[in-house]
Amino acid sequence: MAIRVFLPLLLLFLSSSHLAFSLYEDQVGLMDWHQQYIGKVKHAVFHTQKAGRKRVVVSTEENVIASLDLRRGEIFWRHVLGADDAIDEIDIALGKYVITLSSGGSILRAWNLPDGQMVWESFLSGSKPSKSLLFIPTNLKVDKDNVILVYGNGCLHVISSIDGEVLWKKDLTAEGIDVQQLIHPLGSDIIYAVGLSGLSQFDACQINAKNGELLKHESATFPSGFSGEILSVSSDTFVASDATQSVLVLINVRDSGISFQQTFISDLVQDFSGTAVVLPSKLTGIFSIKTNAFIVFIKVTDEGKLEVVDKIDHGATVSDALSFLEDQQAFALIQHGDNKIQLTVKQGHDWSNDLLKEGIEMDQQRGLVHKVFINNYIRTDRSYGFRALIVMEDHSLLLVQQGEIVWSREDGLASVIDVTTSELPVEKHGVSVAKVEQNLFEWLKGHVLKLKGTLMLASPDEIAEIQKIRLKSSEKSKMTRDHNGFRKLLIVLTRAGKLFALHTGDGRVVWSRLLHSLRKSEGCDYPNGLNIYQWQIPHHHALDENPSVLVVGRCGCSLDAPGVLSIVDAYTGKELNHLGAVHSIVQVIPLPFTDSTEQRLHLLIDADQHAHLYPRTHEALGIFQREFANIYWYSVEADNGIIRGHVLKDNCILEVADEYCFSTRDLWSIVLPSESEKIVATVTRKSNEVVHTQAKVMAEHDVMYKYVSKNLLFVATVAPKAIGGIGLVTPEESWLIVYLIDTVTGRILHRMTHHGSQGPVHAVFSENWVVYHHFNLKAHRYEMSVIEIYDQSRADNKDVWKLVLGKHNLTSPVSSYSRPEVVTKSQSYYFTHTVKNIAVTSTAKGITSKQLLIGTIGDQVLALDKRFLDPRRTVNPTQAEKEEGIIPLTDSLPIIPQSYVTHALKVEGLRGIVTVPAKLESTTLVFTYGVDLFFTRLAPSRTYDSLTEDFSYALLLITIVVLLVAIFVTWILSERKELQEKWR
Amino acid sequence: MDKGKGVVMNRRWAIDFTDNSTVPSSRDIPDPPGFSRAPLDQDDSTLSRQKKDAEANWKSQKAWEMAQAPFKNLLMMGFMMWMAGSTVHLFSIGITFSALWQPISALQGVGKVFAPYKDSKVDLLAPKLLFIALNLGGLALGVWKLNSLGLLPTHTSDWVSSLSPAQEVEYSGGGMPLH
Repeated sequence: MAIRVFLPLLLLFLSSSHLAFSLYEDQVGLMDWHQQYIGKVKHAVFHTQKAGRKRVVVSTEENVIASLDLRRGEIFWRHVLGADDAIDEIDIALGKYVITLSSGGSILRAWNLPDGQMVWESFLSGSKPSKSLLFIPTNLKVDKDNVILVYGNGCLHVISSIDGEVLWKKDLTAEGIDVQQLIHPLGSDIIYAVGLSGLSQFDACQINAKNGELLKHESATFPSGFSGEILSVSSDTFVASDATQSVLVLINVRDSGISFQQTFISDLVQDFSGTAVVLPSKLTGIFSIKTNAFIVFIKVTDEGKLEVVDKIDHGATVSDALSFLEDQQAFALIQHGDNKIQLTVKQGHDWSNDLLKEGIEMDQQRGLVHKVFINNYIRTDRSYGFRALIVMEDHSLLLVQQGEIVWSREDGLASVIDVTTSELPVEKHGVSVAKVEQNLFEWLKGHVLKLKGTLMLASPDEIAEIQKIRLKSSEKSKMTRDHNGFRKLLIVLTRAGKLFALHTGDGRVVWSRLLHSLRKSEGCDYPNGLNIYQWQIPHHHALDENPSVLVVGRCGCSLDAPGVLSIVDAYTGKELNHLGAVHSIVQVIPLPFTDSTEQRLHLLIDADQHAHLYPRTHEALGIFQREFANIYWYSVEADNGIIRGHVLKDNCILEVADEYCFSTRDLWSIVLPSESEKIVATVTRKSNEVVHTQAKVMAEHDVMYKYVSKNLLFVATVAPKAIGGIGLVTPEESWLIVYLIDTVTGRILHRMTHHGSQGPVHAVFSENWVVYHHFNLKAHRYEMSVIEIYDQSRADNKDVWKLVLGKHNLTSPVSSYSRPEVVTKSQSYYFTHTVKNIAVTSTAKGITSKQLLIGTIGDQVLALDKRFLDPRRTVNPTQAEKEEGIIPLTDSLPIIPQSYVTHALKVEGLRGIVTVPAKLESTTLVFTYGVDLFFTRLAPSRTYDSLTEDFSYALLLITIVVLLVAIFVTWILSERKELQEKWR
Repeated sequence: MDKGKGVVMNRRWAIDFTDNSTVPSSRDIPDPPGFSRAPLDQDDSTLSRQKKDAEANWKSQKAWEMAQAPFKNLLMMGFMMWMAGSTVHLFSIGITFSALWQPISALQGVGKVFAPYKDSKVDLLAPKLLFIALNLGGLALGVWKLNSLGLLPTHTSDWVSSLSPAQEVEYSGGGMPLH
């Protein structure tokens, strides 16, 4: 009844206000934060020619090219190239352009150094994929143009650095050479290209720089073959290792021909065993090899002899060479110590003399040094100083100068893999009085200012002050739980295997930890993190324990690689427990049961389809045994087009008995015809989603019962031909088929075909509906379709008296085997944007209406009311339907500019949108990640259950006081008047 | 009849106006033949009785009038309700609640309303019943209005709209392999 009173009132509110969520200019930053990152740095180029501009240009593994301030580490400008446009190399040309070579040597771009504007772009075509090289000769001019040499896709290109025009192109695949090095001796017009053809033939070419004419081609065969790269030591001497990686080959290219000279590494290094890799570096006369125990520096003498200069610990990192003064070369070397790193800068030709030797305190949580780039500067006393840009294991970037870390950037956060949340600790009582008193004046001042603002008495300065107070409210960044549940910890797993806890109030890093289990170790060479799950959420009876999360990883990329697990305390980041190299992990199924300490039961499925129960305690096993018969699992094999349902059988038969391991058997399978269908998307409901009601009340008091089941799977398949990009197939050859499958019984509840549609399909499943986004080839437009599922077998529960007396079976547990009769309603609408991701808002009780959060191709997040995607929309809704909130039918979905959740900002490289309910029913927290991070708070039906942020309590108080005073005064006056009347 | 009796003593003279006709045996002079006192006597008592009857009549008439009064109210209320329309807003809710409140308060004060007309000879039961019936009618009208405004839980939708979804016996999880 109450609903029926409030619904029209609510609608009244909604229709009077703007349909969409929007905010005012001064509200930006109040409840949202935005952080910009660049990712793990691959290359760095310094430019400090002009004293005023101290910047470094970097390219990263997230395909970002950015210019950073060397003083503070801020981003001057940044460009995020597409996901499939990986940057191969960067350099600076003409002192004013940043040149990037990307997409495997096929796209060359020039960016203006000061502001990052793109100056030109050229596409370089080639015949076959090869190594890509970018080489900018210092003084090579072709037709008065400074040129850029690019080797990519088997072709050598010479490109004008002014406008990017390809001056000439030489296809070297005809010669069969895979070029490894390009050399241009100063002042000559000849380019030397050295490379390999096949595994054992060494080639050297001389090419005329003016016209690309091949002047000379020499080759020689080295019978035992080469492995890896060819390193140039001087303009005519090269180094490579042979196929066994135990012999160093010194290659001399002279006019007389090519000569090989072999040296066994064991002759050079005494205790050498195993294999060695030649490290790429650009030093003249010296090179380094890395064995499994050491890094050895080897000098090439003028007579062509190899001499070991130094032997250092295996974990060290070496930088590229830096030329300074006229002919001097320096390079940096970083060695690890306890809590310390040692930075040594050495001169190329004079090994015994260190230019610089510094020890720097380093946080253990940053791990090892992965890369180092050095740069020199002139100190005030005109001597040379060196600064080093260091890339750490956790992908963070540090600038080290004079033995100190000048700045650091947490760029690991650019590659978030998974996110979960954790509540903050409950506030302890007994806050010290002194603290309150200290803040009392501030508090009063704040309120007086706010009041002034409300009464429009504040001066511009004061308004600025008010805004500052609002933005820096200490309230929102407190480390305790708040009443509304806005303050939480976002636990974020990054690709580097580091776990961060971010505070939702201001986005600061509360703690971070490089997970032990996700670090390279013996027996686990390439660990990668997969997902995070909530392991323990303490409630009423385990409140004194901290919540914890489960991090699941894998050693290597294949599905049957051993898995790693670790459990991390969400408040402190302490690794409570870690299991390395357990069984393989293909799937993780969090079960809806918890033990007495509120630890959630998880079922881990391995590659042999065995199910492993965690936590491994007897109590958990007891709980699990009770529900044993009702636990099912399913697997989707997208490549084979098979969906299988499984059921648990009994304990595994293994060599070592394991009571926590269960074997499973197949229950059902759906085999899709591989010639006509290919699975492109599957989506299920979020397991923690709360649904308020099973009934949907429609106009004229009609009721439809939603088919709310957690065991539903939405599967979208397309024609195999239409897997590629848009435009490859005709509408007749393309179709999209969607299925709704019950994952317990394998029953297909609904199947629908969209003819002439194709992927990519992005879908979201919530309550009893699915919304999916696809491309309609006939209309040449994107479409968003909705399917709503209703339970027809419940529809005859119409007797009011039975309902009043509670004699109905609507809330009794249901089984999927009862074969409910379902009806579906669906509708499609055109949608303008290309979509990267779709999510849906979730609230604490599920009462508030839903909004779809659409990550657009422009890296923004658009909020779209679910009401627009109602399959019951008609062209002319009746009065009753209008009252219900049905919007008249339109063929396309509106995009209201104010409803961009990210307002003016962009979340570059957007990959995921996560919504978390706050405690306040009307509000949901939205976290969006990509290269950038963005967090905000949304109220899909506006904040109907709380006063707005800018509500002036002071004004309310003053009004009440004034009213009371007025009442009192008028009362006295009337008393007095009455008395006078009586005396008359 | 024996009104003046006590005052007769110690008076020099007195005229007894009292009518002793009722006791003919005590009279000195017999009544002239053909004269009968009885009718006159009777007449007198009839007069007072008549007076009383009139009062009772008047009371009962008033009581009936009182009992019928809610009818007018009912009509008036009906008109107001018609005017108020069938959408929920401040006016219609106010009208409906006053339409509900009036009969209830009237019913609470049934005794008080009919108190002035209380008489041993007047039968108030019927008017009271009518009054109650009419007020109940008013109440019914109010309730009907409440229902037509959609504020009464008489539909299925009112009882199931906050029914939480049924629990599921089976649990299933899984999906694509993690990568």
